[in-house]
Amino acid sequence: MIAYIIRRLFQSILVMLVVAFISFGLFNFVGDPINNMVGQEATTEQREAARERLGLNDPFPVQFGRFVANAVQGEFGLSYRLGEPVDEILVERLPATLELVFCAALFALLLGVPAGVYTGLHRHGFMSKLLLTVSLVGISLPTFLIGILLILVFSVLLGWLPSFGRGATVDLGWWSTGFLTVGGLKALILPSITLALFQMTLIMRLVRAEMLEVLRTDYIKFARARGLSNRAIHFGHALKNTMVPVITIMGLQIGSLIAFAIITETVFQWPGMGLLFLQAIQFVDIPVMSSYLVLVALFFVVINLIVDLLYYVVDPRLRIERSTAGGH
Amino acid sequence: MATIDSSAGKSVSDTQAVPAAVSRSRFTDSLYRFLDSDVMYSFRRSPVTVIAFVVTVLFFVAAFAAPWLAPHNTFDVRTLDLMDARLPPAWVEGDNAYTTGRAEFLLGTDDQGRDVLSSIMFGMRVSLTVGFASVLVAMVVGVSLGLVSGYVGGRVDSLIMRVADIQLTFPAILIALLIDGLARTVLPPGVHDELALYVLILAIAASVWVNFARTVRGSTLVEKNKEYVQAARVIGIHPVMIMLRHVLPNVTGPVLVIATITLAIAILTEATLSFLGVGVPPTQPSLGTLIRVGNNYLFSGEWWMAIFPGVALVILVLAVNLLGDWLRDALNPKLR
Amino acid sequence: MSDALLSVQNLRIEFPTRRGTLVAVDDVSFSISPGEVLGVVGESGAGKSLTGNAIIGLLEPPGRVAGGAITLEGRRIDNLSYDRMRRIRGREIGAIFQDPLTSLNPLYTVGRQLVETILTHTDMTPTQARDRSIELLQEVGIPAAERRIDSYPHQFSGGMRQRVVIALALCANPRLIIADEPTTALDVSIQAQILALLRRLCRDHGTAVMLITHDMGVIAETANRVAVMYAGRLVEIGAVRSVIKQPKHPYTVGLMGAIPAIGSDVDRLSQIEGSMPRLTAIPPGCAFNPRCPHAFERCRSERPDLIASDESGVACWLFDEDASDVPMEVAGHA
Repeated sequence: MIAYIIRRLFQSILVMLVVAFISFGLFNFVGDPINNMVGQEATTEQREAARERLGLNDPFPVQFGRFVANAVQGEFGLSYRLGEPVDEILVERLPATLELVFCAALFALLLGVPAGVYTGLHRHGFMSKLLLTVSLVGISLPTFLIGILLILVFSVLLGWLPSFGRGATVDLGWWSTGFLTVGGLKALILPSITLALFQMTLIMRLVRAEMLEVLRTDYIKFARARGLSNRAIHFGHALKNTMVPVITIMGLQIGSLIAFAIITETVFQWPGMGLLFLQAIQFVDIPVMSSYLVLVALFFVVINLIVDLLYYVVDPRLRIERSTAGGH
Repeated sequence: MATIDSSAGKSVSDTQAVPAAVSRSRFTDSLYRFLDSDVMYSFRRSPVTVIAFVVTVLFFVAAFAAPWLAPHNTFDVRTLDLMDARLPPAWVEGDNAYTTGRAEFLLGTDDQGRDVLSSIMFGMRVSLTVGFASVLVAMVVGVSLGLVSGYVGGRVDSLIMRVADIQLTFPAILIALLIDGLARTVLPPGVHDELALYVLILAIAASVWVNFARTVRGSTLVEKNKEYVQAARVIGIHPVMIMLRHVLPNVTGPVLVIATITLAIAILTEATLSFLGVGVPPTQPSLGTLIRVGNNYLFSGEWWMAIFPGVALVILVLAVNLLGDWLRDALNPKLR
Repeated sequence: MSDALLSVQNLRIEFPTRRGTLVAVDDVSFSISPGEVLGVVGESGAGKSLTGNAIIGLLEPPGRVAGGAITLEGRRIDNLSYDRMRRIRGREIGAIFQDPLTSLNPLYTVGRQLVETILTHTDMTPTQARDRSIELLQEVGIPAAERRIDSYPHQFSGGMRQRVVIALALCANPRLIIADEPTTALDVSIQAQILALLRRLCRDHGTAVMLITHDMGVIAETANRVAVMYAGRLVEIGAVRSVIKQPKHPYTVGLMGAIPAIGSDVDRLSQIEGSMPRLTAIPPGCAFNPRCPHAFERCRSERPDLIASDESGVACWLFDEDASDVPMEVAGHA
C-alpha cells in the first residue's frame, strides 16, 4: 500500500516538474518578456537593467531552480497586464472557479451516474431512449451555446436569474464565497448548469456503456444462474464493477471541468481563473499563463492521485497482488 | 454459449452468398455486396441515421458551394450597406422599416448589414475545413504512432503511451488554448493572424490524436500475436509492409468511428476557440466567430445573429454525432 | 415419464434475424431422472448450450423458446415469469459455466458470494450461512477453507476456482445441476479431478446433472446416459455404455471414431468429412446427410424423427423398422 502511494506520488512530482519546465520555457524563452514589460520603445540600457533585475542573465539551471523554488512558494512574478503579483491575483480568483467547478461536478455526477445506470439497466425502455436522445443533443451542444441560450431564456426573456458575475459574496478570511447569500446562489445556478450539462451527458453515456459491458460478463450470468435477485445483481455486482472505469472517467471529467470553466466564465463574465487565463492569452501575459498552467497541473495531479487511491479501495486485485504471492 | 451465439450471428451476416453472375464486373459486384451488407442494412433501417446523413450532405454542399449558392457575398464590402444592418429575419413584423424583416435577408442581417444566412454558409465552410483538416492530421499522426507503439513495443511504446496518458489528463480545449497562446507569443501579431488557421488546425489535431493512437495500438497488439502476422514476420516481410498490409486493414473500422466522433469534437473545439476569440482570424469568420459577434447583441433583443449560427452548428454536430453513433453500433454488432 | 426430474419436450429455440428466423434448437426431447448424469455432446453450435440455458431460463435475447415444454418434477417452468424462475435457479437447478476464471465476481471474496447465495435461498442467519459456506468449501476440497473463505477469486488457481463455482452451484442443494463445459477451460490434469469431484458430490447429494460438453471422453468418464446433438437436433440418445460400444447414428459413429483408444494400434483417428452446416443452411431431410457416408434418397428429402424406445433412441432412417430399402451392411460401426 505504502509502496503504491509512494510510486504514485513520485510520478505526480515528475508530472509537476515537466509542467513546471514547460511553463518556465514559456516564461523565459518563448518571446521576449522584456519587450512585453518595458515596451518596444525602451532603450537598450533600460532593457539591460530589466534583464538584470529579473535575473535573465543567469545560467539556465539557476533560472529554472529559482523558478521552481518560487513556484513552490507560490510566487510567479508580476502580471504584465495588471502589474500585480500573480499569486495574489490567482488567490483572489481561485474561490470563484472552485465553487463553480464544485457545483457543476456535483450536478454532473448526481444526475449523470444514476441516469447512466438507469439507461444501462433498462436499455430498451422508453425513458432510456429518450434520455439517450437528449444526451446526444447534449454532447452536440457546445458549452458556450448552452450558456448563451440559458442567458437568453432565464435572464433576457424571463429575467429570473442574473446573467453575469458572482452576485454578492461573503469573505471568509481570504476565501470569498457565493454560497452564503441568496444573490450569490442565484448567480451560481446558470453557470453551473452550463458547465455541468456537457459533462453530465458524457458521464451518463460512459456509465451506460460500462454498465452494458459488465452486464454481459460471465460472472453476472453466473450470478443470475445462482438465483440472486435483480437488485443484488444490478446494484451489488454490476454497479461495483462499473465503478473502476467510472472513477477514471469522473477523475478526467472533473479535470476537464476546470478547463471548460474557461468558457463558462467567459460567457457569464465570472471572475474566476479561467477568465483570467483567457485574458492572459489574448494579452500574452506570460506570468499569468504559466502560473495558471502550474496550478491546473497541480489540480489534475491531485485528482489523479485521489482516483488512484479510490481504485485501491474498490479493486481488491490491486490491493493484494503484491502482498501475497500465492494463489496461482 | 458464447461460441454458439457468435456462430449463429456470423452465419447470418456472411452466408447469404450474393448470387454473383459471372458476367458482372468486380465493381458492380462489390457495390452490390456493399449495398447488401449489414452496415447498409442497419443504415436503411434507421431513419434517424438517414436523416442525419442527408443533413450532413446538405450542409457540406451548402458550405463548400457557398460562393455560388449563398444569396449574398458577405466578403464583398461594396455590397454591404449599413442601412441594412441589424434587420430581423424575414418573417418578423416590426413597427418600422428597421425592425421589419426583408425577404432578401431570410435570416436577418448582422451589425455590418451582412446577410446572416450567407454568413452561416461561409462560416460553415471555415468550420468544416478546420474540422476535417485537424481530424486528418490527428488521424495520420495518431494511427502512425499507434501502429509503431503497438508493433515495436518496448521503450518506444512506453514513451508514446506515457505522453498520451499525460496528454489525456489535459482536456482538448486547454491544450488547444495553450498551443494558440504559445503561437501568439512566438509569432509577431501580423504573422499570427495569417497563420492562425494552421495554428488552429495543429492545436486541435494535437489535442485529439491520442484517441486514434490508443485504439490503433490496442488493435495492433492483438493482431501482432495472430498467426498470420507471425508467419509474415518469419518469412521476412518488412515490418512496415506488415503494418500497412496486415495490421492497418484490421483497424479501419474503429478508426472510422473515432474519426467521425472526433470530427464532431473538432468542430466544437474550433467553434469554442473562435467564440473565445482565440480561434480563426476575424477575416475568416467561422460559426464560432459569428456566435461571438452575435452574442454582443443578445441583450438588445437581436437574437438572430447568435441563435441562427448556433442552431446551424448544433444541427451539424448533432448529425455528425448521430452518424458516429450509428457507425459504432453497426460495426460492433455485440453492442446492439 | 412421470418419474422424471426434468423433462424437455419438443423444445424449439429460435433467433429472429433480419433474414428470417433461425431455428437453433429444433424438436429436442429428453428427460433426466433423479440422481442421473446425462451427458449432452455435440460440436459447438449444435445447440447444446442453448438447451441448457433455456432450461435455467437464461436464454440471451433475441434467442427465445418458440415451442415445446420444459417441466421440472411435473411443473412447467419454461413459461414462468423472470422472478418466479429466479427462485428456481440456484435453489432447484444449479448451473456451472465453462470458464471458472470469469464466473466469479472479482471484487468480492468467495465467502461473500457464497453467503449471499445461501441467504437468497434459505432462512439461515448470516453466521449460519458462513459456517455452511466453510463446510461447502471443505466439501469441494479447498484446503484451509476457514482462511480461504476471505480470499478473492484472483487468489485461487483455475481448478480451485472451479471448485468454488461448484460449491456455489450446490449452495442450496439443487435437484439438478446444468454443467456447461465445466472442465474445458482447465488443464487436462485438473479436468479429471473436477469431474471426479462433480460425480462424487452429485452421488452424495442425489443431484442429477446435465453435463454439456464437446468431449466424448468426459461423457464416457462421467455420464450414465448420453444425448448426441447435431445442428440443433437430437440425433441419438442412450445409455453411455451402449452408445459408446454400439453407436447407431452415423454421426455418433463418426464421433466415436475420433476418440483415441489406449492400446489400439490404429495410426490415424478417423474424422468426419466436412463441417456442421450453418443454421441458415441446414439441408432438407436429415441435417447430417451431406456428410453421411450412408445417406440414401430418403435422407435427402424426409426428416427422420428420434425413434425412442425405452431409454434409447436414434434419429436415422437406417434404423427405421418399417422401411425395407435400408442398405443393411452399414449397421455396424467403423
